[in-house]
Amino acid sequence: MIALLRRDLALAVRAGGGFGLGLAFFLIVIVLVPLGVGPDATLLGAIAPGMLWVAALLAALLSLDRIFALDFEDGSLPLLATSPLPLEGVALAKGVAHWITTGLPLTIAAPALGFLLNLQPSAYVWLFASLALGTPALSMIGTFGAALTVGLRRGGLLMSLLVLPLYLPTLIFGAEAVRRGAEGLPAATPLLMLAGITLGAFALLPVAASAALRVNLR
Amino acid sequence: MSIWEYANPKKFIATTTPVVPWVLWLSVALLAIGLIWGFFFTPDDFRQGSTVKIIYLHVPAALMAINAWFMMLVASLIWLVRRHHVSALAARAAAPVGVVMTLIALFTGAVWGQPMWGTWWAWDPRLTSFLILFLFYLGYIALWQAIEDPDTAADLTSVLCIVGSVFAMLSRYAVNFWNQGLHQGTSVPVVTGGRSVADVFFVPLVVCMVAFGTLFIALVLMGTATEIRARRIKALETRMRG
Amino acid sequence: MIPDLGKYAIEVLSAYVVSIALLVAIVALFMRRAKKMRVQLAQVETRVKAIKEPMDGE
Repeated sequence: MIALLRRDLALAVRAGGGFGLGLAFFLIVIVLVPLGVGPDATLLGAIAPGMLWVAALLAALLSLDRIFALDFEDGSLPLLATSPLPLEGVALAKGVAHWITTGLPLTIAAPALGFLLNLQPSAYVWLFASLALGTPALSMIGTFGAALTVGLRRGGLLMSLLVLPLYLPTLIFGAEAVRRGAEGLPAATPLLMLAGITLGAFALLPVAASAALRVNLR
Repeated sequence: MSIWEYANPKKFIATTTPVVPWVLWLSVALLAIGLIWGFFFTPDDFRQGSTVKIIYLHVPAALMAINAWFMMLVASLIWLVRRHHVSALAARAAAPVGVVMTLIALFTGAVWGQPMWGTWWAWDPRLTSFLILFLFYLGYIALWQAIEDPDTAADLTSVLCIVGSVFAMLSRYAVNFWNQGLHQGTSVPVVTGGRSVADVFFVPLVVCMVAFGTLFIALVLMGTATEIRARRIKALETRMRG
Repeated sequence: MIPDLGKYAIEVLSAYVVSIALLVAIVALFMRRAKKMRVQLAQVETRVKAIKEPMDGE
């Protein structure tokens, strides 16, 4: 499983692997926000927690179809399926690889982008914590969505339609954690919920994803 | 004589075809009775005025929107475990009905809240939850339509329905959490079941709830037969080509 | 005929009109598709039989 993880990471970091694209997209979306809603600093500060989370979510979404598509196209997915590693393990490794190449960089870059949106100073630590806890869930949920649609040509838009509703609880708790933390209110509950969703996702979704992969490989 | 006999597609069609018109007309009759009774023969509410009449559409539709998804969940599980095509196709047939129920619940819910909130749409937790349910329905239907092979489609949509159900419940909780601070003191004009409703409203409401339920059954029976036929057409045409 | 709906007339009436329209629409849609599949299935099944029959006759 570590070998699979290593391989996916190497592939992602290589040129054309999409590693920097997620970050670039994150930046672009955040730049879009003040251009869209106006430069009023107070307004930007108020919507910053939500917009940062939405942008991170969309950036994660963007790289989902890479998770299985490349292996599916070059025929290595059936090989992975018949390897001694259980398919659930493959799905888990893929999810972790996606997080390391997408969610983790987003989490680290977010405070810098929060600065662009006039995020309240007290919110930074909550932004980092919520993204650190929540982006793994986004990766694992996304891996499930990618497994569902791996067989489809141009399945990207459909996958987004399927995955975004699944993202909603994570988004709600993540943004709430940042907002409440920023105002000095207790933010433990949403953070705990985020942790719960991430743990639950990693415990259960590899099973669902591998079931979907098996169906698609028939 | 177990229910599993009707898992045979031919037997299902043979049994349900004569029954569907009766169930359909029954539901239309019940709906007419319930709505006419509720619209013309019940008083206005002390607080909500005549908008209380919306209850006869909103509550039954909202209940069916949830029940339709739940039925799809059960049908999906039966498909995954026992591989009865009728079950998978019944779930597929139920989805559009669920969408319509959700739309009615959304429209009537928004309109009912307008006098209370002053806007034609408000991000009230219940309305938001139904909007999210609508999105889940759309995704489910889209996945069925995107996949060529019927068995693959049945499998994948079943898995989606199961995972979706977990997240739908999670979303309900999240949305309640999300909207705690807003609309404080505004009473959401949605009734929780029939308990907090006065008797004079309650009976026509129950009639409408039964009417919506019966309509759902009629449409799912009709739709499942249609899907069985569609699947057979596809199978025959593939065989003829090959 | 229509009871005095007071100031909420638009809300109540639009709720009823839209809901009933949606219900009629979904029933009509289902009935139309049901009929279409019944007809199409009959056509395909006759075609299949026609292909098989000539061989039975020999």
